Amino acid sequence: MRKFWFSALLFAIAILLMVASLAVGQDSVLDKVKDRGRLVCGVYGGLPGFSFLNQDGKWNGFDVDYCRALAAAIFGDPDKVEFVPLKTPERFPALQTGEIDVLIRNTTWTLTRDTQVGADFAPPTFYDGQGFMLRKELGVISLEELAGASICVTAGSTTELNLADTMRALGVDFKPVVFEEIDTLYHSYEQERCDVVTSDKSQLAARRNVLKNPGDHVILDVTISKEPLGPVTIHGDNKWNDVVSWVVYATFFAEEHGITQSNVSAYKSKNPEIGRFLGETGDMGGKLGLSKDWARQVIAAVGNYGEIFERNLTPIGLPRGVNKPWTQGGLLYSMPFR
Amino acid sequence: MEERTPDKTIKPPTDSKNILQWLKANLFNTWYNALLTLLAVVFLYIAFKGILSWAFTEANWNVIPANLQIFLVGAYPREEIWRVWIVIYTLALLLGLSAGVWGGLTLRLAIVIGGVGGGMGIILAFFPIALSNRFGLLGGVTLLVVAFFLIRGKIGLRPWVLGGWLLSFPWTMIWLHGFAGLPTVLTSSWGGLLLTLILAAVGIVVSFPLGVLLALGRRSTLPVIKWVSTAYIETVRGVPLVTILFMAQIMVPIFLPDFRIDKILRAMLGITLFSAAYMAENVRGGLQAIPTGQYEAAHAVGLNYPLTMLLVVLPQALRSVIPAIVGQFISLFKDTSLVTVIGLLDLLGIAKTVIANPDWLGLQAEVYLFAAIIYFVFSYSMSYISLRIEDALGVQ
Repeated sequence: MRKFWFSALLFAIAILLMVASLAVGQDSVLDKVKDRGRLVCGVYGGLPGFSFLNQDGKWNGFDVDYCRALAAAIFGDPDKVEFVPLKTPERFPALQTGEIDVLIRNTTWTLTRDTQVGADFAPPTFYDGQGFMLRKELGVISLEELAGASICVTAGSTTELNLADTMRALGVDFKPVVFEEIDTLYHSYEQERCDVVTSDKSQLAARRNVLKNPGDHVILDVTISKEPLGPVTIHGDNKWNDVVSWVVYATFFAEEHGITQSNVSAYKSKNPEIGRFLGETGDMGGKLGLSKDWARQVIAAVGNYGEIFERNLTPIGLPRGVNKPWTQGGLLYSMPFR
Repeated sequence: MEERTPDKTIKPPTDSKNILQWLKANLFNTWYNALLTLLAVVFLYIAFKGILSWAFTEANWNVIPANLQIFLVGAYPREEIWRVWIVIYTLALLLGLSAGVWGGLTLRLAIVIGGVGGGMGIILAFFPIALSNRFGLLGGVTLLVVAFFLIRGKIGLRPWVLGGWLLSFPWTMIWLHGFAGLPTVLTSSWGGLLLTLILAAVGIVVSFPLGVLLALGRRSTLPVIKWVSTAYIETVRGVPLVTILFMAQIMVPIFLPDFRIDKILRAMLGITLFSAAYMAENVRGGLQAIPTGQYEAAHAVGLNYPLTMLLVVLPQALRSVIPAIVGQFISLFKDTSLVTVIGLLDLLGIAKTVIANPDWLGLQAEVYLFAAIIYFVFSYSMSYISLRIEDALGVQ
């Protein structure tokens, strides 16, 4: 009898699994998000300037603002977002299994990720790159002068790999000092346990600001890697990737044309492209599966790219660098709204 | 005949000494002890000088009161915090009622918990936070005391109080999550100490009976039950908790697509199933200490297997392994901090996100020290309660 119940249980589990796998719909994530009534956004959950919980228990940051922008485009309400903090190893599985709708978590766009891990990328919202910070008194201005220096770096990251590759190519010997945690990394640098610290330049700039004497430290001009960071959607869902991409473009476009959070509601222009952008003519929103005034909602909720940047990243000491509109010599280029 | 007056009675000699005598007797009684004492003082001075001067001059403690709310409840919406208070008051009420109807051990337990709660309540009252939250904990302790005196000695109400405890878990969950007209608070915004305590409480309450069953199963004479229990215990004990949490977080959704199990629920399951295996081994240790004579005696008076276990074996077995079980509970409480590796914002996770706030960058020492103190207060309270339980049960 016991054996019978055991087999019955196994059978039931098998049936359940089959039903569950059949029930996987062909719907776009966009439809699921609309049905659910809120967007589930995967974020880092503890990265200065990009995503963190402020003291009122509200999520803040550059990545968080893009989640809110997306919610504003879909629902006209930037608060219809559930934030899911994710650690590095679980970010792609969370996306593949549909636990999150979109991943906006400082993820670098690489060929392998685009093809092998089931991810599609939207336009980068932040162009980062690996750099070096050291004490001004060392008087070093190039990597070749770093022979014999000890360099603090985080363990097992591409940062460590880039460092090793670059230095080998230059034929410069160095002593790596490896850390697991970012906080310990900078603490050790401050305690002079290494001469140089290497990481993405955005992080270096943010951390330099909270060192005891920020002026005593310099970030070298050299950038040894490309780190285009942007939103990620599940592979193969073009409709959803279109929505995420065009929300990003909308923030670029608004900055190109001087449309801001404060003037968007009353913005008037004879430029037909801006008319289409604001939903006054044409049906750009309908083509994306969104409301007519979606872009207006995005800008009203979070502002244009420059405003998002200045609100979140300028206070932590990040220069705009290449993260400027193409019209000002930067890399941000909105595709045409027509 | 001489009459003795009370003031002429001679008091028994006490061995009380003044400080100098005490120092001489304990620290400087021989030349090598004097040397060791001096060395220890020098060592302590070196070790703590830096910490103390840091704590009072360099450290920026503003980060703690400013972020107190998220340390305690994470992203739980500020306007819904009264629901957390309802839960705390319910638990305080139940504890007070239990102390009233059971007395004895339960009363001691209530006194310890009430004492810790009251102490934290007094500290909380000085924090610059909303008035209702400032005095909330003291209110809870008051409720506990009032409930105790109201119901004191009414033994007939025991089943009702027990029922109250059984209902307290679903009651807690529906208040925290929301029902009917109340706005839903998604579990992704539960965090801080609240999440740590929920994970630990569920882990402790569920893993204990599960562990007892597994221990009995492992000693069972029925081969299927015996082998299944043994296989479960050995498998789980052979895998680190972090691995189980990652399995629950990454593998389960892959096996069950479109069957979204709440992230916190998955963590609870992982912690509980992990802890149950260790609990089973602790309990088994106790079972092995029971002499065969006890079983035979129970059979002789006509008790069947469940009654033998329930009335004769388990009470003795569990009593002898209280320290091991409490040790397991304390390590479970601390192990909940591992959920940060799967992105849950428990107390430690909140500490990490607080130091990512640009306003408080670089204050990791203060924040981690604060988290450590909270963990210590709770762990030490559990340890103290276990000592009281041992006293009350007369365990040598």
